[in-house]
Amino acid sequence: MKLRFYLNNVEVEYEIQPDEYLAQVLRRNGVLSIRIGCDESACGSCTVLVDDKPVLSCGLLAAKVEGKHVTTVEGIQEEANRLADYFGDEGADQCSFCSVGFALIVHALRKEYKNPTDEQIKDYIVGNICRCTGYQSQFKAIKAYLKEAK
Amino acid sequence: MSKKFKVVNNKTHSVDGHAEMMGRAVYTQDYEAPGSLVLKMLRSPHPFARIKNIDTSKAESLNGVKCVLTYKNVPHVAFSRAGQGAPQPSPIDKFILDEYVRFVGDEVAVVAAINEKIAEDALKLIQVEYEVLEPVLDYKTAYKNKSVIHPESGISQAFEMGFRPKDNVAASYEMEVGNVEKELEKCDVVIEHTAETQAQAHAMLEPHCSNARLDEHNRLVIYTSTQTPFHIRRIMAQTLGMPLSQIRIVKPRVGGGFGGKQQFHCEMFVALVTLRTGLPSKMVYTREEVFASSYTRHPMCITMKIGADKDGTIKAIDCHALSDTGAYGEHALTVFMIVGSKVLPLYNKVNAVRFGGRVLYTNHVPAGAYRGYGAIQGNYVLESAIDILAEKLHMDPVELRKKNSMKEKETSPIFEIMGEGTKGTAMIMESCKLPYCIERGAELIDWKNKYPRKEVGPHKVRSVGCAIAMQGSGIPFSDMGSCAITLQDGGFYMVRCGATDIGQGSDTLISQIVAEELMTTVDKIVIYSSDTDLAPFDVGAYASSTTYISGNAAWKTAIKMRERLISEAATMLGVKENTVEFDGKKFVSGEKEISLFDLSNKLIYSAPQHQVAVTESYIGHVSPPPFMAAYAEVEVDTETGEYEVIEYVSVVDCGTTINPMLAKGQVEGGIVQGFGMASKEAVLYNKNGQMLSNSFLYYHVPTTKDIHKLTTEFADSYEPTGPFGAKSVGEIGIDTPPAVICNAIYNAVGVRINSLPITPEKILKAMKEKENR
Repeated sequence: MKLRFYLNNVEVEYEIQPDEYLAQVLRRNGVLSIRIGCDESACGSCTVLVDDKPVLSCGLLAAKVEGKHVTTVEGIQEEANRLADYFGDEGADQCSFCSVGFALIVHALRKEYKNPTDEQIKDYIVGNICRCTGYQSQFKAIKAYLKEAK
Repeated sequence: MSKKFKVVNNKTHSVDGHAEMMGRAVYTQDYEAPGSLVLKMLRSPHPFARIKNIDTSKAESLNGVKCVLTYKNVPHVAFSRAGQGAPQPSPIDKFILDEYVRFVGDEVAVVAAINEKIAEDALKLIQVEYEVLEPVLDYKTAYKNKSVIHPESGISQAFEMGFRPKDNVAASYEMEVGNVEKELEKCDVVIEHTAETQAQAHAMLEPHCSNARLDEHNRLVIYTSTQTPFHIRRIMAQTLGMPLSQIRIVKPRVGGGFGGKQQFHCEMFVALVTLRTGLPSKMVYTREEVFASSYTRHPMCITMKIGADKDGTIKAIDCHALSDTGAYGEHALTVFMIVGSKVLPLYNKVNAVRFGGRVLYTNHVPAGAYRGYGAIQGNYVLESAIDILAEKLHMDPVELRKKNSMKEKETSPIFEIMGEGTKGTAMIMESCKLPYCIERGAELIDWKNKYPRKEVGPHKVRSVGCAIAMQGSGIPFSDMGSCAITLQDGGFYMVRCGATDIGQGSDTLISQIVAEELMTTVDKIVIYSSDTDLAPFDVGAYASSTTYISGNAAWKTAIKMRERLISEAATMLGVKENTVEFDGKKFVSGEKEISLFDLSNKLIYSAPQHQVAVTESYIGHVSPPPFMAAYAEVEVDTETGEYEVIEYVSVVDCGTTINPMLAKGQVEGGIVQGFGMASKEAVLYNKNGQMLSNSFLYYHVPTTKDIHKLTTEFADSYEPTGPFGAKSVGEIGIDTPPAVICNAIYNAVGVRINSLPITPEKILKAMKEKENR
């Protein structure tokens, strides 16, 4: 079947199978920024935004984004570049397989909260697993970024 | 001893962090060749069985299937997937595919098809008739069990390691210094403590994956998510009977390893399929396969007997351990030995010390290399036992540790006796700030005021616990790393090294080391690592070797480059070498000078027109241990047994931190992974030997909500044999959490949990039992 949606504000049309998930469809079409960590909607690495809301693309049937706006990290390059500075400052970038997911979840967090509390930040990013850093450096980096990028 | 540095020991961003966050195609799966065949594995539904018949004809005739591999059509050569040096210190007990399957999830057949759907359909068409055998699912019953897990011929050991497959023994080890029995008899106080550790999953985020193709020279090129590209190449060549020259292993960015990618996973299968079909191929483990068909940490049962005098002088330690290596003996011996060799020397003033036991085969998922590598298991039991001893002596556990632990310029006879699989190497602790670490950690956690406990609510108690730990820095006289630097026109440096960046940041710190020595900045360094065609040899990322071994190799190479540059400049300026001063940008001799930029261009384009390139290797002669002291404050709910870690304090001596932020990241990442093992992570099986915890939904790794406050500091320390004074830091962080949390819980509510993970259920149950006693 044909699937039409907006990928980073550009209309695209992909040929898909009805039972395919968005993560696979995007990767198959060259969007290699999608990192599939678990393929069972449990780790957060494959986060994308669908109509500005964070969604795990490995658990979303591709057909569901028909006509919608999908944002991947390619759509927020400048922001990801800046967030990477803050991650670098805190040494929060190790294997970075989770980093793209963090860039997108932080983008959504910024849109949803003006001045999030520590608890709100943690609640928001709790589904994004990182096995390398122990989270504290990431948390500090995200906090500093949110403060200065207001 | 501290020295002032410009690049090293200063804040430097990771060289790859931006590209990774911006989503560039940098990981193994991003390098799949177009049109790659998709590989899927048929796996055993039985914990132990022999394949009586396997019929792949229907699968092979399915349109789109290009190749099916079974034990009948692949080379029958035993090897070890362990990914270690030569001779391999693990039993050679695995075949690429075998007629026996030894755990639920073991490899039966591989299908290669033009897409995933066809590959999966083809798996269903393979007909297998199994002779189901009686499995061994408890390692305590494995020794001389009537079920023999490795009855086959053709398996071996590269040297005597106690490998007795007929008894289900993968390896065994015994050593003794002095006479432990006699010393214990003389002691005023003797305590004995037994505890068990569970299997832990690595749970790195990037699943195991490899892809293969034949290149323009018809050579086999494999991109793979590995910690050991050179070992993979060597072992693959031996096992497939290919010349080494026909294989190229490329390691792109790796999405986490923690030991989980030291060994073989997909490499052999993509190689075979591509060699047979001539087509590119790829294999990516599902998350279920990552959990249930790769390998775990070795579960162990360890007993410590410690004897001391009334004044708290520890006189003897007796340690006996049993380890479960699962279906294959990967890292069986070497992990086992670390339980002794990187734990017991902490208390080096004993008159006698003994260590020994067996590593047993079972029909569980194999165990293998995992950050901490035996030290975390040993540390949990030893450091719990030290607290038990302190209580019996009526001593503060911090004081007991201060009195008996390793100090600078001291040694332990264990270093000479125990290495990794073989004899060890004697060494003196040239850098050991453990006393400072213990002192400073106690200060940071406020031990004086918080030990032993404080009621903070009607059913809430807060308390503190502590432990100390050590690790190593590579394997002496075994681990070798190399580096090559070429000066490029334009005045920058091309660094090629074997050091394997798996996310820990080795490309960044190697760049820093080279930049420091050449008095330049990291942006003047272009680094390529771990491509067996392009980079010089390095054993890979394991045994906490990278900073120390590969770092030393890079430093040696940079020193040589600096000498070479001065010599080239002297020739060009027509002066004597010893009159030339180099500040990283220009060479000055009296009135004469030339910039590095001009020198580099003249060298290439005018005269003498040659490439300035140097290469060096480094092999460790000692393995200076990093040390740390760790403290945690916990709050326990006495009604539910639930607890939270309020703060975790780590004070670490890893010598100079080459990259302080990345070093901190290693410590804190290790702490949280260790906290996972201490508090919640457990690989669980049902009674049929099937893994239950085969998904992130059932295997819970720590999340950002589990972590409250991590306080991490580094001692001012300088290791004279390390690059710019550095020791390793990759593993030490993971060692302490089980013991620290166990001790803190005991101090809070008076129960000691003797099996990991320390769950609220276990705490509550133990509290009830204590009440009823």
